[in-house]
Amino acid sequence: MRPLTRAVTIAAAALACAGCSLHNAQNALDASGPQSARIAGLWWLMLPIAAVVWVIVIAVMLWGAGRKRSVREVMETRGGTEVVANDEARSRRMTRIVAAGAIVTAVILFLMLIADFRVGQALTMAPSTKVVPIKVVGHQFWWEVQYPDSVPNKTVITANEIHIPIGTPVVMELSSPDVIHSFWVPSLTGKKDLLPGYTRSLWFRADTAGVYRGQCAEFCGLEHAKMGVLVIAQKQQDFDAWRAAQLDSATTPSDSLAQHGKAVFLGTTCVMCHAISGTSAGATTGPNLTHLASRSTIAAGTLQNTDANLYAWISDPQRIKPGVLMPATKLDPRDMQALVAYLRHLK
Amino acid sequence: MTAPPLVIGETVPVDVGAEREQMERVWGSKRGLWGWITTTNHKEIGKRYITTAFIFFLLGGIEAAMMRAQLSRPENSLIGPDKYNQIFTMHGTTMMFLFAVPIMEALGLYFVPLMVGTRNVAFPRLNAFGYWLFLIGGSFLYVQFFLNTGPDVGWFAYVPLSGPAFGPGKRADTWAQTITFTEIVAIVGAIELIVTVFKQRAVGMSLNRIPIFVWAMLVTAFMIMFAMPAVATASMYLALDRLVGTHFFNPAEGGDVLLWQHMFWFFGHPEVYIIFLPATGLVSTMLPAFTRRPVFGYPAMVLALISVAFMAFGLWVHHMFATGIPQLAASFFTATSTMIAIPTGVQIFCWLATIWSGRPRFATPMLFIMGFIFLFVIGGVTGVMIASVPFDLQVHDTFFIVAHFHYVLVGGAVFPLFGAFYYWFPKVTGRMLSERIGKWNFWLFFIGMNMTFFPMHWLGFYGMPRRVYTYLASTGWGPLNLLSSIGALVIASSVITFLVNVVVSLRGGAVAGDNPWDADTLEWATTSPPPPYNFLHLPVVQGRSALWDEGDERQVTVGTSTERREVLLTTPLDAQPDSRESHPHDSVWPLAMALAIGVLFITAIFTPLALPIGGALALIAFAGWAWPTSQDVESEKSDEKISLEGA
Repeated sequence: MRPLTRAVTIAAAALACAGCSLHNAQNALDASGPQSARIAGLWWLMLPIAAVVWVIVIAVMLWGAGRKRSVREVMETRGGTEVVANDEARSRRMTRIVAAGAIVTAVILFLMLIADFRVGQALTMAPSTKVVPIKVVGHQFWWEVQYPDSVPNKTVITANEIHIPIGTPVVMELSSPDVIHSFWVPSLTGKKDLLPGYTRSLWFRADTAGVYRGQCAEFCGLEHAKMGVLVIAQKQQDFDAWRAAQLDSATTPSDSLAQHGKAVFLGTTCVMCHAISGTSAGATTGPNLTHLASRSTIAAGTLQNTDANLYAWISDPQRIKPGVLMPATKLDPRDMQALVAYLRHLK
Repeated sequence: MTAPPLVIGETVPVDVGAEREQMERVWGSKRGLWGWITTTNHKEIGKRYITTAFIFFLLGGIEAAMMRAQLSRPENSLIGPDKYNQIFTMHGTTMMFLFAVPIMEALGLYFVPLMVGTRNVAFPRLNAFGYWLFLIGGSFLYVQFFLNTGPDVGWFAYVPLSGPAFGPGKRADTWAQTITFTEIVAIVGAIELIVTVFKQRAVGMSLNRIPIFVWAMLVTAFMIMFAMPAVATASMYLALDRLVGTHFFNPAEGGDVLLWQHMFWFFGHPEVYIIFLPATGLVSTMLPAFTRRPVFGYPAMVLALISVAFMAFGLWVHHMFATGIPQLAASFFTATSTMIAIPTGVQIFCWLATIWSGRPRFATPMLFIMGFIFLFVIGGVTGVMIASVPFDLQVHDTFFIVAHFHYVLVGGAVFPLFGAFYYWFPKVTGRMLSERIGKWNFWLFFIGMNMTFFPMHWLGFYGMPRRVYTYLASTGWGPLNLLSSIGALVIASSVITFLVNVVVSLRGGAVAGDNPWDADTLEWATTSPPPPYNFLHLPVVQGRSALWDEGDERQVTVGTSTERREVLLTTPLDAQPDSRESHPHDSVWPLAMALAIGVLFITAIFTPLALPIGGALALIAFAGWAWPTSQDVESEKSDEKISLEGA
């Protein structure tokens, strides 16, 4: 029996270690909004119940296997084999215990079901107060983000980084033109699929300001692993300021390097996929770059948005995200530096 | 040729040497290669089936090890996304379709005829056909994989990613056709098992005396009959979308991407129980030998099996909560998913009661059984958690789920399976596996299993989705992944230990004898390994524990033909003698048929001409198969109905 005790100790140690939670911007148990908090609460309710059930079952098994047999538990020979003699009274007793076990199981499950339905109801009930509507479109392998407005030219279009105000519910309209993706920012709420041919909605609220990371949770092809998304929750006035700034068209840079970069951008294949408002580039296949420099990451949350990373990314995206739909762009180093300078200017 | 009269309930005749030789001649297969490819003996085919499925288990395990190597540290560059996506698809497809379901059916096809006391499985040629088709289908998948045309769309092949627009080349076609192969294989196996159990049980083995493993296989076979057509249809729709331009799953033309998910999971969830129920049957059938008592609560166990089978068809939507199913509809599936824990719990309580009131012996199979309960209950309680819609929305498609179903499938099915290997190896080969190596095998597996999969629960909470070939260092997932990868090495060493044990024991293991475990089911009433005809005299069953309840003298049926292949058919409920039937002879046509179907399915992914060509070949094979030989005609003359007075 000693190896068994050892295994139990190991398992207990593993449990204890895993309990020291990882502080991370992408953590379903580190809740920053009412949705994720309620789900985390459900986990902290279910975990102890599950643990107790498991401990009881294993304890009964180990005890039952290892306990000393009393003299009354006699053996008999049946068909030439030594077997435990049938004991009617004991069988009846065990039947009662098993039946009781089944009933207790059913009761526990039923109570868990009620807790679960209550959380489910709270999560799905639509918010009645004012909300921030956001359209999120999943693409292989990035997120297109739109903030619709009743005035069409006040619609903000961005990618991969979603700014939201804290304290106000956000209602997301989710869709996909290519394959199925799933939007998931664990610190804020559970996931919802983006299905071609359907529009789904998801609502949640962030209560603490911060940057929350998530990534695509439905296998969507080669670069499913590098389809990250950031949700930047900020105070209402910061959010309003950000939104207002996003409405501006891109300005023409004043320094000559960046000016040359703009010419490079408009004169190469970049314009086939990307848009920069205020210029003639208006394609919508790839992320809108009008305010690229205001984002903290590039390549869907994969790289920090720095000069060197932009340079490396544009030169050979396939090295960083093999399978990404953006082709490599061959430019001479001076043109490339100019292009990066221009993109970094797009605040 | 008049048949001798049938006498039921005789004691075993003393002088049987000549009879034995005669039966060997009638039931044995030809020697050499020809005999090997024409045999229709369920034990020969069962052994091949088990071995082939186990080789697929090793291949799937190598794929798992490769994934763990790639994920052992962040931004590892060992395997790129293209290869990784193929590898995880191959791992899932292999483990589900080429290992778990086939090996459970294979155990059934080997042991059900022995456990019910008959000479062969019903429809033995269909059995041979099923094996050959399984071999062709599985080999096809791996040939394609080695040619870099392995499927890369996941074992669930969600559209539109697997559809014509986003899955170019032949990779997804390879997947769809492999599925078609394995579905047919599973269904023919199920048919054989159902008929064998209902019509060929030993006299006296009424429904309430069937060993629980046989019950489990019967229930599983029915589940296969209902579940597999759903995915066979779905994979055919997918093939049509890809090959001839239909639009079943194309939203732009009125198709529906969720249709695939419904059809796939209507099969996919019962699939889990198709794997798990036989495993519970293995446990319930092994346990008496190691606790020295019949399993506690036989009726409850059987009812649990049946109710699980029904409920298993009512919870497929819990794989689709994140697709935005309306809350009210989802609640029903939450309720069923929760409810299924009740019959499963009853099974566990009955096993506990059996262990409690028995006299346990801690041989290797018993360790695997206890390990099974230890691990499966972990998978079970997390299963109840993810039945909850809100909770599932967090952990769905994350490593939490990976942890959950590996506890259920490795803990719940592979552990009993390894126990079964130790338990029945002596019956199949005549030699015992080493207990000393067996203990190493168990402990390495048990520790490795927990090291690999337990940390994954936390990775899921920390936001790690499934099916990612890499992750950024900033996510902080590195250490837990490394721990998990080391665990995978421990599991690998355990499996190697097992292989060593098999090799060592085949050469020099202790000779087993008929019944080394003093077990109570009928397969232990014959020699190890069993002769081609299984039992010289068909057994007569007098109680639920056939060998323990046989009284002072074993009772048998004498008078079955020794001149022809004859099986005794009995009534479905009470197992009273019904008729004496001639049994098909060995034939090469099942192999020919499997080849014809193989040609049809494989070439179908390249050209529509496959249909007429493969169809014509299959027709020829079918004609050959059904063509009566003079031997068959002669043999069938002795078929007769048995009047029930004799019983």
